[in-house]
Amino acid sequence: MPPPFSWIVAVVRFLYEFIVGDDWTVAAAVAIGLVLSAVLNVNHLAAWWLIPVIVLVMLGVSLRRASSKKR
Amino acid sequence: MTGLWAVLLTTFLASAVEAIEMVTIVVGVGATRGWRSTLIGAASGFGVLAVVVVVAGAALSRVPIGPLRLIVGALLLTFGLQWFRKGIMRVAARGLAGIGGQDPHEAAEWTGPGMDWTAWFLAFKGVVLEGLEVAFIVVTFGAGANHLIGAAIGGVGAVIIVGGIGLALHQSVRRIPRSLLQLIVGILLTTFGTFWAIEGLGIDWPGSDAAIPGLLILYVATALTYITLERNRALGLRPAA
Repeated sequence: MPPPFSWIVAVVRFLYEFIVGDDWTVAAAVAIGLVLSAVLNVNHLAAWWLIPVIVLVMLGVSLRRASSKKR
Repeated sequence: MTGLWAVLLTTFLASAVEAIEMVTIVVGVGATRGWRSTLIGAASGFGVLAVVVVVAGAALSRVPIGPLRLIVGALLLTFGLQWFRKGIMRVAARGLAGIGGQDPHEAAEWTGPGMDWTAWFLAFKGVVLEGLEVAFIVVTFGAGANHLIGAAIGGVGAVIIVGGIGLALHQSVRRIPRSLLQLIVGILLTTFGTFWAIEGLGIDWPGSDAAIPGLLILYVATALTYITLERNRALGLRPAA
């Protein structure tokens, strides 16, 4: 692959690994959580708690999935 | 003269809080992924910062920091969660094996050819975001009190002193086993990522910056709980119904 295209592919691959990693559902849940937090805030509702809750729940879900994959 | 010292001390203390966040990320990433790429990333961050400060000058206070906090926070959060999860799995599997030395089961730090872009990117983002916040503090306090030089000395002094403390501590950090270090850095990145992303959306944290230790305690408790659950699962134990 010629240099400009190989660089683009390398950057996209790096960003995917950096943001998504090996469990895309965690990144998707964070993105949805941020959108929902913004919606709550626009409607003058407390929103700071949502992302910490998503972190706790998604960690548990992701760990359980990884454990069952290993067996 | 009193005004000058008041501005210097205020900017020093306010900048020190931001510098601690910056140095925590750089030292944590350096100890986990290797120092070369991390330090190049930090140096690149300072380079960009210097150009921004020289070009924007006093107009810096009008740059919207919210979107930058949201982007950096969201990236740190998604990446930090990956290390958080891997750290829990590794500590649950191996405990604190390797403490005070090298765990033979654990991979060495990055040894691939060229740059470790993950380490570079993490250090770069941490330095640029926190450095910009120090610059905002300097410009805001300095221009407001008409003591820009004093404020600049306070801000730069805080970064140098906190950076020096981080440098002095980095040898001790190296003695922590990699699995535990990955968990600690994962928790720290997730904590700062959560805090900045929510702040970037314009949402106020209860207690403002005091929410950071609160988040840290919550995530440490979460890690301990999941490590216990993972160990019980590995041993085939089931929690009582």
